[in-house]
Amino acid sequence: MRVSFNVNGEDVTADNVWPGESLLYVLRERLGLPGSKNACEQGECGSCTVYFDGVTACSCMIAAGQAEGRRVRTVEGLAQGSGKGPERELGTVQDAFVEAGAVQCGFCTPGLLVQTDDLLERTVGAGLPAPDDAEIREALAGNLCRCTGYEKIIDAVHLAAERHAGTGGGA
Amino acid sequence: MEFLSPSTLEEALEAKSAHPDGLPIMGGTDVMVELNFDKRRPAALIDLTRIPELAEWGAEDGCTRLGAGVPYTRIIEHLSAAAPALAKASRSVASPQIRNRGTVGGNLGGASPAGEAHPPLLATDAVIELASVRGRRRVPAREFYLSFRTTARRDDELITAVLLPEPSGPQQFAKIGTRNAMVIAVTSFSLALDAERRTVGTGLGSAGPTPLRAEAAEEFLAGEFDWEGGAPLPEAAVRRFGELVAAASRPIDDQRGSAGYRRHALSVMARRALSWSVTDYRKEATRCA
Repeated sequence: MRVSFNVNGEDVTADNVWPGESLLYVLRERLGLPGSKNACEQGECGSCTVYFDGVTACSCMIAAGQAEGRRVRTVEGLAQGSGKGPERELGTVQDAFVEAGAVQCGFCTPGLLVQTDDLLERTVGAGLPAPDDAEIREALAGNLCRCTGYEKIIDAVHLAAERHAGTGGGA
Repeated sequence: MEFLSPSTLEEALEAKSAHPDGLPIMGGTDVMVELNFDKRRPAALIDLTRIPELAEWGAEDGCTRLGAGVPYTRIIEHLSAAAPALAKASRSVASPQIRNRGTVGGNLGGASPAGEAHPPLLATDAVIELASVRGRRRVPAREFYLSFRTTARRDDELITAVLLPEPSGPQQFAKIGTRNAMVIAVTSFSLALDAERRTVGTGLGSAGPTPLRAEAAEEFLAGEFDWEGGAPLPEAAVRRFGELVAAASRPIDDQRGSAGYRRHALSVMARRALSWSVTDYRKEATRCA
């Protein structure tokens, strides 16, 4: 089957899609967007988290055909600028993860970035106070990291929230 | 495998009638796991995410009519007053990403005894609406679960909505897992007190081949409880209630817990849910006095 949808602001079409394959597979293997990671394929790890019509979801649990006509935003879409190469700048959340040392092996990072971006949009981005540790842990409960022990990740979210609030807008 | 994408309920019912072995997919949080792991290859996937009616909720004849495709996140945001037990259970489902997609309709379709929605639906005497090209019918949750992963839904029917009675007293949900997030229940329990009818409802999850009720415990508590003033129950009655809940379970030993642990946990959750409910009931009784 053919599936057409919008990814990171660009209309895309994938052909010869098997109806049972996941949006994650389409993104990675058919559209050349390998940022979303494939780890558990059962919604446990969160490394394939994307925005799907503005709401975060595990792309491994969305059937390709369900994406027809929908808006998808992947970790690639968090960077600023429209290009695909080095001309793009990292977004606030991405910078904060690098600076706080929240990235080790990096496999879980894309999902954590998207889920953190969503948390900040729903809190400081909506004029609400920055999230505390408990809110951060709750928001990131579906994103597993086996390297960091999460402390640096929490630090990174606090840092990103401060900057997001300071600039009045995120990536 | 065919992928069917109906945009109205009528089209969806026709699709299900033409493909009775077709697998409906909504949030995909169960169905896609089965597809990703080669556990299931249905002849057709019937995508229900484009049918507006399934994603709606609202008041209807003293009930809340909850479309089968409303994700848990929306239930938490909007129905914590209209359906307290279901909203509490929804909060305990998996992770934010899963709650953004997973639905009560999906829980009912899969009918895993561990599904979080089942105990509240049993405890609150909710009603499940089924539809086919032959028409619509309503089945009480208490008659819906027949045997392991088998329900009253017929092959050509879709689950369209759940009717949640207006609460008339405290409702609770408790769940045991190895951590707070992202766990399948080792066992779970829901309790609803109905002050108007002076009845008690219970629901037990991961406690047998189907979601279960503890009817003897319900009758016992309805008889013992001080419906006028909500006075705390004697310790012996609380303990007896917990024992009766545990006795209604038919648990197994598996990787998540032993049958004995589950029975113990059920009696503890039942006592806790009862004490929370009595506290809530007294608050309400005092305010009305």
